[in-house]
Amino acid sequence: MLKVNRHPMPEQPADVRRHNFEEVALGYGEDTAVEEAQRCLNCPKPRCVAGCPVNIYIPKFIHAVAERDFASAIRIIKEKSSLPAVCGRVCPQEKQCEGRCVLGIKGEPVAIGRLERFVADYAREHGLDAVEGPQVEKKGRHIAIIGSGPTGLACAGSLAQKGYDVTIFEAFHVAGGVLMYGIPQFRLPKEIVQHEIDGLKKMGVKIRTNMVIGRTFTIGELMKEEGYDAVYIGTGAGLPHFMHIDGEDLNGVYAANEFLTRVNLMKAYTFPKAATPVYAGKKVAVVGGGNVAMDAARTALRLGSETVYIVYRRGEDELPARKEEVAHAKAEGVQFYLLNNPVRILGNEDGWVTGLECVKMELGEPDASGRRSPKPVEGSNHVLPVDEVVMAIGQGANPLISDTTPELEINRRGNIVADENGATNMPGVFAGGDIVTGAATVISAMGAGKRAAEAIDAYLTGR
Amino acid sequence: MAKILSKTKVSPAVYELVVEAPLIARKCRPGQFVIVLSDPESERVPFTIADFDREKGHITMIIQEVGATTQHICEDFDAGDELQNIVGPLGRPSEMKKFGTVVCVGGGIGVAPVYPIARAYKELGNKVISIIGGRTKELVLWEDKMRAVSDELIVCTDDGSYGLKGFVTQPLQEMLEKGEKVDYVITIGPVVMMRNVARTTEPFHVYTAASLNTIMVDGTGMCGGCRVLVGGENKFACVDGPEFDAHKVDFANLMQRQRMYKTQEAEEWSCGGECRCLK
Ligand SMILES: Cc1cc2nc3c(=O)[nH]c(=O)nc-3n(C[C@H](O)[C@H](O)[C@H](O)COP(=O)(O)OP(=O)(O)OC[C@H]3O[C@@H](n4cnc5c(N)ncnc54)[C@H](O)[C@@H]3O)c2cc1C
Ligand SMILES: Cc1cc2nc3c(=O)[nH]c(=O)nc-3n(C[C@H](O)[C@H](O)[C@H](O)COP(=O)(O)OP(=O)(O)OC[C@H]3O[C@@H](n4cnc5c(N)ncnc54)[C@H](O)[C@@H]3O)c2cc1C
Ligand code: SF4
Ligand code: SF4
Ligand code: FES
Repeated sequence: MLKVNRHPMPEQPADVRRHNFEEVALGYGEDTAVEEAQRCLNCPKPRCVAGCPVNIYIPKFIHAVAERDFASAIRIIKEKSSLPAVCGRVCPQEKQCEGRCVLGIKGEPVAIGRLERFVADYAREHGLDAVEGPQVEKKGRHIAIIGSGPTGLACAGSLAQKGYDVTIFEAFHVAGGVLMYGIPQFRLPKEIVQHEIDGLKKMGVKIRTNMVIGRTFTIGELMKEEGYDAVYIGTGAGLPHFMHIDGEDLNGVYAANEFLTRVNLMKAYTFPKAATPVYAGKKVAVVGGGNVAMDAARTALRLGSETVYIVYRRGEDELPARKEEVAHAKAEGVQFYLLNNPVRILGNEDGWVTGLECVKMELGEPDASGRRSPKPVEGSNHVLPVDEVVMAIGQGANPLISDTTPELEINRRGNIVADENGATNMPGVFAGGDIVTGAATVISAMGAGKRAAEAIDAYLTGR
Repeated sequence: MAKILSKTKVSPAVYELVVEAPLIARKCRPGQFVIVLSDPESERVPFTIADFDREKGHITMIIQEVGATTQHICEDFDAGDELQNIVGPLGRPSEMKKFGTVVCVGGGIGVAPVYPIARAYKELGNKVISIIGGRTKELVLWEDKMRAVSDELIVCTDDGSYGLKGFVTQPLQEMLEKGEKVDYVITIGPVVMMRNVARTTEPFHVYTAASLNTIMVDGTGMCGGCRVLVGGENKFACVDGPEFDAHKVDFANLMQRQRMYKTQEAEEWSCGGECRCLK
């Protein structure tokens, strides 16, 4: 058989896209998608499916694409995933589905994520995913969902389909969670997320924004006074971590959450048209090596910063970000300052950042997690001259809900304790997504929401 | 959506807005605040809840025009208009108990947020002494309302145009020096004033709470933009505060961080604000 290489993703050229907020990856055209789909061997025991956290039946949908039957393709995907346009774009495919594809053993795996994205985009553009109100009988039971990130949206969709009366409570003025305020427009256009939210609304899901649970209502009040029969908590990992080093209080130091929220949600990149400002330094150090760090670094470039560094204490192989985004960031000119750990932020007398003092690191033996743990090289302290520092070293659990719901069991990191179906120690209270697992992925949060919907249904129907 | 029920000018560049916000009015407690987003491309700005009516479902905000967004809210909105978003109540409420004698120190528009706190302390049976001030007579806010909830009210103006001439810290200093029993002090106002109140009470070891107005975005502990140094530790004003032990607050750092967007604010005003390009 003629061996066809994996089809490259059409993209905006790096020197163009680093100056705009438009989507970087343009998506396969119909013919490319069909050709790529034809690469799939339709394995009888598909390894790829096991690699997908929600077990999308990959060969089946890809086969439908190969046959140009896009309506079937979207139906097959939607059996397992409610956010394919999102996950096709942002899943770390190299660690999940594509990482297991047999073609990847000797050559390049099938571009499963790109095909999923193609199908979802095609479906959206051609109205193949139009939702109607649920055909089932209304159950007359009310469910409150807290947080409108992927886990909340997925749980709401599944429950609405089953005929439940679902209300999402969201603290921000816009629904979508990290998909709206965290992941930038150039990687995930907000219109796509909005389309999913509009779909839920058409199914009858009510979305109440500006509702901070723990403040506007507590969990107890939702259940006892507001008449909700069950609650699903999907509040994410929103608490930004700092390094607790000197100088983090200087002007020009951001947590990635604030930097990205100002730009994505508040549209600071259009300032002063949108009223929220953001600071763009000439030289920016982004501390961290995950997706959040890549997004912050590439955002800084687009805001006009001249030099942007990723400062990460391990090496290239250990970068936790999606491979594709690391490659994108490099192509756009982000400089990788690896095996360096910040120890202090320096500032001037006006309180503005002037530099980031780092110490060089070397990798030791692999630790329990299999990663080689970095150790500082003595006497290697040096200063990277920068005027902005963005901390992207991880996020923890926001304590607003646990503080106001003392009965709810949390672990020592502040995450809510829930079983694999989302059940917590409180009857009728379920939880899932990043608030349970700690910062993870869109697809795992989505999957948790779907599983919890089943569990809530079982709980309410006494199964 | 939150409908504006009334808008009153209370002093030059300061407006009182009463808005319909039943869920917030039902739950709010003294010391808490809201965040307003007046229209979709506007900025999220925090305001303290200066008064509330649980029955009618109203809250009152006192808003000073300091920059583009506050001016937009004060000048382009009127009774009957709707603010796009309002979220709250946010922050921890003031610590409410019977301390004995409580001194409430409010400066400028800080008097308004002190009011519900003073009222609550009075209702709890505290002796409430209020010291309020402004630069000049017409900048002294809510004198009558404060008088009604205080056992004693002292008014100061910087220029002596009304009440005592001088800063609010002077009567406070005298009170403490005379050995009057003061169990608790709460102060809200300009940062410099709060810092000076803290300096005044520190030698007398009187617990002093200051309500800090940091720059904020979400108000739920998500962005870290509101962080302040309290006793050398990073605290988030929106969830750990806004009130903190004033003797531990690094006010210099607070002032520095409030200047973060000075350059951009100037850009926002490059038109002088006259052309209203922001609308
Ligand atoms: C910048 C960035 C880039 C990322 N990139 C990727 C990627 O490329 N691929 C990938 O798979 N994953 C990525 N992730 C991770 C992924 O986005 C998260 O794992 C996922 O969004 C978690 O979903 P969630 O629904 O649990 O929480 P979230 O998406 O965090 O949503 C939680 C929602 O709850 C709301 N909320 C919180 N507290 C309350 C309250 N008390 N009351 C009411 N509402 C509340 C929040 O405002 C928010 O809208 C990224 C994350 C970030 C921050
Ligand atoms: C908890 C809290 C309660 C507050 N209560 C009141 C109140 O009751 N009445 C009132 O008039 N004001 C209050 N403020 C201050 C008010 O939020 C600011 O004056 C307002 O954000 C300024 O916005 P602007 O765009 O008009 O000004 P600009 O100067 O253009 O603001 C630009 C940026 O600086 C921030 N900023 C500037 N000054 C301040 C400040 N002093 N505090 C916080 N952020 C600032 C803005 O949010 C924005 O990010 C409070 C602030 C906090 C944090
Ligand atoms: S959801 Fe993610 S992991 Fe699953 S098939 Fe799609 S891209 Fe792969
Ligand atoms: S493992 Fe690869 S080739 Fe086999 S079915 Fe999955 S995608 Fe197709
Ligand atoms: S305002 Fe964002 S954490 Fe306080």
